[in-house]
Amino acid sequence: MSGVGFKGKLYRDDALVLRVQKLGESDRIITLFTRRHGRVRAVAKGVRKTMSKFGGRLEPFGHVDVQLLEGRSLDVISQVEGVDLYGRRIMDDYPRYTVASAIAETAERLTPVEQEPSLRLFLLTLGAIRALALGEHGSSLVLDAYLLRAMGVAGWAPALLDCAVCGNPGPHRGFSVPAGGAVCPDCRPPGASHPAPATIELMAALASSDWQVADASEPNHRREASGLVAAHLQWHLERALRSLPLVDRDDTTRDRARDRKERS
Amino acid sequence: MYEGAIQDLIDELGRLPGVGPKSAQRIAFHVLSSDPSDVKRLAQALTRVKELVRFCTRCFNVAESDLCRICRDPRRSDEVYCVVEEPKDVVAIERTGEFRGRYHVLGGAINPLEGVGPDNLKVRELMMRLADGTCKELILATDPNTEGEATATYLALLVKPMGLNVTRLASGLPVGGDLEYADEITLGRAFEGRRAV
Repeated sequence: MSGVGFKGKLYRDDALVLRVQKLGESDRIITLFTRRHGRVRAVAKGVRKTMSKFGGRLEPFGHVDVQLLEGRSLDVISQVEGVDLYGRRIMDDYPRYTVASAIAETAERLTPVEQEPSLRLFLLTLGAIRALALGEHGSSLVLDAYLLRAMGVAGWAPALLDCAVCGNPGPHRGFSVPAGGAVCPDCRPPGASHPAPATIELMAALASSDWQVADASEPNHRREASGLVAAHLQWHLERALRSLPLVDRDDTTRDRARDRKERS
Repeated sequence: MYEGAIQDLIDELGRLPGVGPKSAQRIAFHVLSSDPSDVKRLAQALTRVKELVRFCTRCFNVAESDLCRICRDPRRSDEVYCVVEEPKDVVAIERTGEFRGRYHVLGGAINPLEGVGPDNLKVRELMMRLADGTCKELILATDPNTEGEATATYLALLVKPMGLNVTRLASGLPVGGDLEYADEITLGRAFEGRRAV
């Protein structure tokens, strides 16, 4: 094999580690969300050994600079350097860990084809994991904001102001997941829900990065918004996310306790 | 494709983890050329393992009776429990000869991406074991990876209100390695867990 041919099979990219799965004695299959190559599944050889050259750099939720060697079925990771290993700040906080898992699974489901670049979704996912690790906002809010914006990237953004069916200017009281979001009284299908106006305002704030409004929202509106966002996402994905029922939204309780303390 | 029994054996061997079609074929022909008594011994070992081996009703380690060897041992301390993910972790810790308490095998780690939550593990059983008050220290020896750390964090939150001393296995630099190759997480942990000399 000539040197040029070998070099041609190597490529380098920065990536977010979405998932790791055990393979054989000491290897792992790493699912990476790369900036320029989309979702890539690659083998990290010997990564489970304590003396592995990769160490903890290929743990989930880390932002890494990675060099890969093209393989027949799976690529092989040859070198990796940590850009920012967010996993460390996420795994010490259980609610954050469950939220990060739901973000990673959503990113995986929204990139069904491997090696197909999706820069907007990559930047959005990286931003969500970073925000989660820094803990500037409630982890449940970060998840809902990510899901709403990821659905926007996929072309499934719910209508939050004008009627999803006829476009009649809103705001409207009715909300129907199958219809695509807010619905006017004329278009409201049977079974449509009637969320509080503040819930729809919160969803709009999360979709447009208005964190001042989102952070000041009430816990009951957050819960209602989370339910609507999850229902909307899973309707379009046509299959439930495994991680979503396991998301620990306890931080809502913690936030409420903190708010009470601040007020007093 | 072969015919009859030999192809059946290749197919069955090919279903084992880490055994590909070529390896399955090689093992099948090795079995075919082996002494009949050796093959019989292998067949008996396979049958016996399914008939005799079960999970310990107390700690969920592998056992050949209701209780495993460690739970039956009266010389071991009831005041320290070590929580591990898998029975093979018990063997790894036993090899060190450093631990003389009891174990609790969770049966995995919390992994939302695979749909594994606390209810899928032996967490409720652990809480029931701790409720009698004999245990004074709980050592969380889940794997030092993201899933293992998150599981340890979850258990610590759950158990702390019971007033137990909850500890986590130390993590840091492996013996025989170079500092420059250590990743940020491992090196950070090593700094946190530094000790006076």
